Amino acid sequence: MKDVLRISRRDFLKRTGKVTGGMVLAVTVGAACRPGESIAPQAAGAEAVAPNVFVNIRNDGVVEIYCYRSEMGQGIRTGLPQVIADELEADWDRIEVIQALGDEKYGDQNTDGSTSIRAHFDILRTAGASAREMLVAAAAAHWAVPVAECVARNHAVHHEASGKSADYGELVQYTADIEVPDAPAFKAPENYRYIGKPMDLLDARALTTGTGVFGIDTVLPGMLYASIERCPSHGGAVKSFDPTAAKAVAGVLDVKQMPAPTSPPLFNPLGGIAVLATNTWSAQQGRAALSIEWDKGANAAYDSEKYREELLATARNDGDLMLNRGDVAAADEAAVNRHSAEYYAPHLAQAPMEPPAALANFSDEGCEVWTCTQNPQATQDTVAGVLGIDKSKVKVHVTLLGGGFGRKSKPDFAAEAAWLSRETGKPVKVTWTREDDIRHGYYHAVSAQRIEASLDDDSNVTGWLHRTVFPSISSTFNPAATGPSSGELDLGLHDLPYDIPNLRIEAGDAPAHLRIGWLRSVCNVYHAFAISSFADELAHLADEDPHAYLTRLLGRDRKINPNDDNAKYGNYGQDLDKHPIETARIKAVLDKVAELSGWGRAMPQGRGLGIAVHRSFLSTVGTVAEVSRDANGKMRVHELWSVIDAGLVVNPDRVQSQLEGAGIFGMSIAMHGEISAANGAVVQGNFDTYPVVRMSESPAKINTYIMPVDATPGGVGEPGVPPVAPAIANAWFAATGQRLREMPFRKAGIV
Amino acid sequence: MALELTINGSKLSLDADPEMPLLWAIRDLVGLTGTKFGCGKALCGACTVHVDGEPVRSCSFPLSAAAGRSITTIEGLSSDGNHPVQVAWRELNVPQCGYCQSGQIMSAVALLQRTPAPSDADIDAAMSGNICRCGTYTRIRQAIHKVAEESA
Repeated sequence: MKDVLRISRRDFLKRTGKVTGGMVLAVTVGAACRPGESIAPQAAGAEAVAPNVFVNIRNDGVVEIYCYRSEMGQGIRTGLPQVIADELEADWDRIEVIQALGDEKYGDQNTDGSTSIRAHFDILRTAGASAREMLVAAAAAHWAVPVAECVARNHAVHHEASGKSADYGELVQYTADIEVPDAPAFKAPENYRYIGKPMDLLDARALTTGTGVFGIDTVLPGMLYASIERCPSHGGAVKSFDPTAAKAVAGVLDVKQMPAPTSPPLFNPLGGIAVLATNTWSAQQGRAALSIEWDKGANAAYDSEKYREELLATARNDGDLMLNRGDVAAADEAAVNRHSAEYYAPHLAQAPMEPPAALANFSDEGCEVWTCTQNPQATQDTVAGVLGIDKSKVKVHVTLLGGGFGRKSKPDFAAEAAWLSRETGKPVKVTWTREDDIRHGYYHAVSAQRIEASLDDDSNVTGWLHRTVFPSISSTFNPAATGPSSGELDLGLHDLPYDIPNLRIEAGDAPAHLRIGWLRSVCNVYHAFAISSFADELAHLADEDPHAYLTRLLGRDRKINPNDDNAKYGNYGQDLDKHPIETARIKAVLDKVAELSGWGRAMPQGRGLGIAVHRSFLSTVGTVAEVSRDANGKMRVHELWSVIDAGLVVNPDRVQSQLEGAGIFGMSIAMHGEISAANGAVVQGNFDTYPVVRMSESPAKINTYIMPVDATPGGVGEPGVPPVAPAIANAWFAATGQRLREMPFRKAGIV
Repeated sequence: MALELTINGSKLSLDADPEMPLLWAIRDLVGLTGTKFGCGKALCGACTVHVDGEPVRSCSFPLSAAAGRSITTIEGLSSDGNHPVQVAWRELNVPQCGYCQSGQIMSAVALLQRTPAPSDADIDAAMSGNICRCGTYTRIRQAIHKVAEESA
């Protein structure tokens, strides 16, 4: 049985009214721990104090830190304890990170939007600082000396005058009457021990020895392994099926018809037929032997070629006005020169290396789930909904995630496992195949963009009309949604930082025929591709250096507020005062990446540099790509430079690794990625038809630089992606004179 | 039917479909989950193990072909997790999500056994079958060179 650790909790968050006091039961299944085992407390039955839900200090001095955000490669299981341990003055070698269950007591656990540091930094600091102040107060009370004379330093409280000191573990016994401070004082940044330092990955040993436990690795005694055949077209359902041949496969124990998919799809299972077996292989073999007749549903005719023409036609006509500054029509009339271009980008699949997987165990008491989810509380909600039980009866253990990229924000696979566990009365693990992942996902939206610019006689842009057309993520939640939401236009379009007197942004209708969802940096991918490519086009039209021209476009030092132009701008959920759009900072990033890349240096024939800069998730990244055309006419990306302004960064090594990874992820999008549909079904199925960048295509170097900026933290996981594709396209133009307006570039025969 | 094979030095007898890929036998029957499933078609390398010292994509390698042979998985690469390749991976903080890294490490170890001082072209050739979606390639390349330099 799982060990249950009982901790007393003082709820420092009660002033926010989010949670109530009382006892907390936490099952201690860590990331490196299988279901059924646990990281048991070292001193069983010992006293411990938990000043808040994130920290538990045991009387053996071990500080347990609850990582309530999902680890998917961004390094949050290292970064989150860095912040708490720093404010707590804890010894890094005496902390233990415990992966938190899905539970609303932790507040927001949805690990997306590059939020874990940018939106939680103050929560984490408060968690550490309040614990530190409690321990200091406990020591002061015990020694009967003024609190002000005591200091916390390296896992102990010291009273300099008397020379007394006590380890945190020892102080636990004196905390019973100590109040949790409401507003603890934070450390001065110059005293940071871990924040801003490149701390090594806490999970490095687990991740290099095969002992880290991912969703797909979870095991319970007596569990069944399930593989599910789903309708090829989105929204279709089973008409009839014959399980006979599947049941004859050795190892197959059962075949179940899943509940029909819902409209809207939400995060619910997609329906289909599940084969349950004694092992994964038998389940897959049994599934291959199924015979199923489908009612293919409303999207059976979805065809990407036809849809492409529809999107482009929409982009050529007036759309819904989303933002307006000045009068683009007047600018157009007065224009000395005009330029327009259309950009197209297809659906994408996130394709995390670990496909969706979940283990569930249903009983009379509720349902326990182990899964690789970015969104533990939505997993609780979805499982509860599918089972018709209360959310409080769904216990979600978050494993390591073998990549997420937005796919694992949607817990449909966990709900599949939960439903099957109830139906079979056994623990069930559902493992998606790669083909399932590629063909039944929540796809990044296909998009068409059209930009029309008016120019004066000095090549200044006097008017900019931008139309964006794509099926909305809203369609996943609302079947009536037929085009971009305002919030999606906030992702790299409403916040266009160019100094243009007349600006008009329009959105066009586009019905969804697949489930649409988030993919790393979301709409910023295609907005940045179009905007940063078009800026480069204008530079060449003006016969001006693209870096210089971009600087001119960014214009005067100023703060931008899209709401001044009647947009409904959300700024990634943050106040514009705290996280302004500052052109000076954007230009500083641009200048730095130009400097580091040796922008302007002479290049051999057939080789070029391209530049792009883009703000997203409250951070700005500038990227330069060095690209050449080889003897066979193919593209080679030799080197990338990425510079980020993310304000304060917690772990610079993880920020750099995110930029490196974003370079590769962005290259995959730019060069290879395409999901298309024919007769309603996704055409691609595995890494042969949905290729991604491999070692042989990786640039020799990906150079990264973090701007030393004294500002509140911005996002890190996503902002590195958007500028990569346009930087490469612009470099290709510099190298060859060929303009790439459609992703992936392999469609142009150059990859 | 029972198949005899050696995994990480232990002799095992598995009663399983001889067509079952070695991957699923290792993961589901033996219970060693360090070897990962990524594609099922030898396209991504997440499932790489050594069979008699050679790197093999276990997702596409039938159990029957493994019979009588010696298999090494990530768990058996070293007794203490301190194979020089594992150490270099940690020193450079190579992993992001880490899911593909078992396969990356097994491929790198096989490369370095064959070619103790690999060139970039050697690395491309040996490592391009291993996909890392997080994009750790430049650090993997550095780590391989580091192992080669330190053992030279």
